[in-house]
Amino acid sequence: MNTMTLLTTSKYRWGEAILRQLFFLCALISVLTTVIVIGILAVETSSFFQQVSITDFLFGTEWRPMLEPKAYGILPLLGGTMLIVVGSSIVALPVGLACAVYLSEYASDRARNIIKPVLEVLAGIPTVVYGYFAISFVTPGLRFVFDDVQIFNAASAAIVVGIMVLPMVASLCDDALRSVPLSLREGAYSVGATSYEVTARVVVPAALSGIFAAFVLAVSRAIGETMAVTLAAGATPNLTLNPLESIQTMTAYIVQVSLGDTPSGGLAYKTLFAVASVLFTITLVMNLLANKVMRKYQEVYE
Amino acid sequence: MNTRDDAVLEARDVTIRYGEQAAVKNVNLSIYEKKITAIIGPSGCGKSTLLRSLNRMNDFIEHVTQDGEILYRNTNLYGEGVDPVEVRLHMGMVFQRPNPFPKSIFRNVAWGPTINGLPGDINLRVERALKQAALWNEVKDRLNDSALNLSGGQQQRLCIARALAMEPEVILMDEPCSALDPVSTSRIEDLLFELKQNYTIVIVTHNMQQASRVSDYTAFMENGSLIEYGDTDQVFTRPKQKRTEDYVTGRFG
Amino acid sequence: MKTSPSSNGESLGHRSASLRRRHLIAALFKALCIGFTLFAVSVLGLLIAQVGADGLPWLDTQFLNNFPSRFPEKAGIKSALYGTLWVVSLTALIALPMGVLAAIYLEDYAPASRLTRVIEINIANLAGVPSIVYGILGLAIFVRFFGLERSVLAGAMTMSLLILPVIIISSKEAIRAVPSSIRLAAYAVGATQWQVVRSHVLPAAIPGILTGVILALSRAIGETAPLIMIGALTYVAFTPEGPMDEFTALPIQIFNWASRPQAEFHELAAAGIIVLLVVLLTMNALAVFIRYKGTQK
Repeated sequence: MNTMTLLTTSKYRWGEAILRQLFFLCALISVLTTVIVIGILAVETSSFFQQVSITDFLFGTEWRPMLEPKAYGILPLLGGTMLIVVGSSIVALPVGLACAVYLSEYASDRARNIIKPVLEVLAGIPTVVYGYFAISFVTPGLRFVFDDVQIFNAASAAIVVGIMVLPMVASLCDDALRSVPLSLREGAYSVGATSYEVTARVVVPAALSGIFAAFVLAVSRAIGETMAVTLAAGATPNLTLNPLESIQTMTAYIVQVSLGDTPSGGLAYKTLFAVASVLFTITLVMNLLANKVMRKYQEVYE
Repeated sequence: MNTRDDAVLEARDVTIRYGEQAAVKNVNLSIYEKKITAIIGPSGCGKSTLLRSLNRMNDFIEHVTQDGEILYRNTNLYGEGVDPVEVRLHMGMVFQRPNPFPKSIFRNVAWGPTINGLPGDINLRVERALKQAALWNEVKDRLNDSALNLSGGQQQRLCIARALAMEPEVILMDEPCSALDPVSTSRIEDLLFELKQNYTIVIVTHNMQQASRVSDYTAFMENGSLIEYGDTDQVFTRPKQKRTEDYVTGRFG
Repeated sequence: MKTSPSSNGESLGHRSASLRRRHLIAALFKALCIGFTLFAVSVLGLLIAQVGADGLPWLDTQFLNNFPSRFPEKAGIKSALYGTLWVVSLTALIALPMGVLAAIYLEDYAPASRLTRVIEINIANLAGVPSIVYGILGLAIFVRFFGLERSVLAGAMTMSLLILPVIIISSKEAIRAVPSSIRLAAYAVGATQWQVVRSHVLPAAIPGILTGVILALSRAIGETAPLIMIGALTYVAFTPEGPMDEFTALPIQIFNWASRPQAEFHELAAAGIIVLLVVLLTMNALAVFIRYKGTQK
């Protein structure tokens, strides 16, 4: 159009366009990060699978990558991780949900203003501190109560991982419960329900998808938790159901390898990526699921 | 008005405060059996707060305090040893916006009687309540559908059925038609005449035509005070108070 | 008194046995919720008490001024403290502009396209990727591929990728909170998009953005696993002088001490934790202060 010269100067347009592209690149970095992570894991893992068969890796019950005879079955590491997940869930899910119920259904504004910041502080404490708490407080406590507790054991790590993810569970469940409209509670009270009946039979079921998402995210975090389990759970790839024994999780194994002087390029080094692939896949699937559920329930009440 | 022996509920010198702020001031009011009493007044005049005090729904709001007595057949609802849960078995409530539970149509109506262990066959009770609420024909073939799939007007009638299933003596309605279209509104108004046979109804409304159409008695409130209370005809055609007249005529233009 | 049509029979004030039982359940349930909440809160107290009891006796100027040592009584955290400050400063320099610009793009520029949706979902999911995976990324890309070795820069870049999603998400929220009427008013007087963002959106969003950035940086301060992955767990008896120097960091030094068997080293770890928590609490207080200032306007 002829009149365009009147309305715009090309200099302006150039500057705006370049800025726009710059901003876009910054946003794209996140996608790039994902692509590179997946690329690295895929390349190194497939080269690992040229030397070790996938079935041996996924279904083998012995993990002995550094000692002869070598064995590369990930089940002991997966089992160790699952032990931590189950143990921490027993602590974090009920306690976290109960905290959330207290905060959203019972607490006065004053109590809420005290408890919310405490939970935020708990959530902000670095995981290495929880690891220290496990070995200096929880493990001695367990050994005091039970007889045959090994110095490194799954139970101690699971308890502190549970405490660690508890604030996240509480805060996400609190959000979910508070997104249930007040009018629903009033409707329930108006037909003669007690506070327990209102909470347990109306409010919690209405918030179930959000609570579910919170639980999934909590489990995903417990799976990826590293320092507390490295410090407290030990370094024994051990396919066991006994939480009082020493175990090793996938994350703790990755730390163990990177602490040693494992030569780059060797098979032992590649196990790092194979294990990380499993870890990444599991947590990614769980996060995708949780985020999807969460977006859904946010749509319902908006 | 003097206390008559057909008064079901009597508010005596009721004052309700949010913190320091009085929302209801020294209100005296009698609700008569099997009549419809409308409470009208401008927004924020305290009419909803007063209504909610009749089934102790204000108990859940922090910093609310209440003085005076509310007598239900000579028992003070706020007296010692009176259980708010029990109070609500006698006073059903319908809210401003339809608030069905995210459960099936059947469960919405059956839930209250079930948790309270009310006697009799629950299926019959649900059917009776849905029929009384003029909803039965529309939902009888899909009782297990989610209540959230109903239209707004149907949801509100479901909420009325939910209240009726408890077989309360009094039904408290807090602007039950304010979120509904005119057709749904007139259906609910028709319903009120039916329900009057068996229930005592208190309805809060900002719609004066509605009040004059459906109610036997009308209470006019302003700034938390009860300005005038009497026969609906009298309040709308020959108000005794200047302020009532201003409000009633002002709105009609 | 007239008979009531209510089928619920009894008059008020005579609770039935079943109603009493229901109230009992409600009371027990409430007590349970309160009990669990108190448990969660008291854990914080317990943790602080344990750390304080173990660590306080070791906390003196010597501890702050000495380098790590084989002898507990001579060991200190000077190099770790400096290392942490180096890494966090560099991380802030890298992640802050990138995160904020990405958030600006997603909130004010991005078209409602499929790619935008992919980016948004991707960011949400990246925030949940275990930190140790970022460590592997840093090891493969920054340490090995770019040959940055175990430098402050490699650590800071790894940390930047780790906290980038957190910064983007919180900055987006802060930007979204700016009312669109402000934008429209600015456009109406002929401002370009960048002028609107720079002069109107950003100034209003800055308190919220800074709060989010500080919280993200405090997460970076506490992260241990990624730094271990890139090889920062070594004996470092000097403070870094530049971004290419080797380094150690507070959480790594704590991990190092905590993983030794001797009790003295455990107590050193506790003393290190006190320093770490003081740094974190200072940052949190700063974030709260900025948020408070922001809401006052």
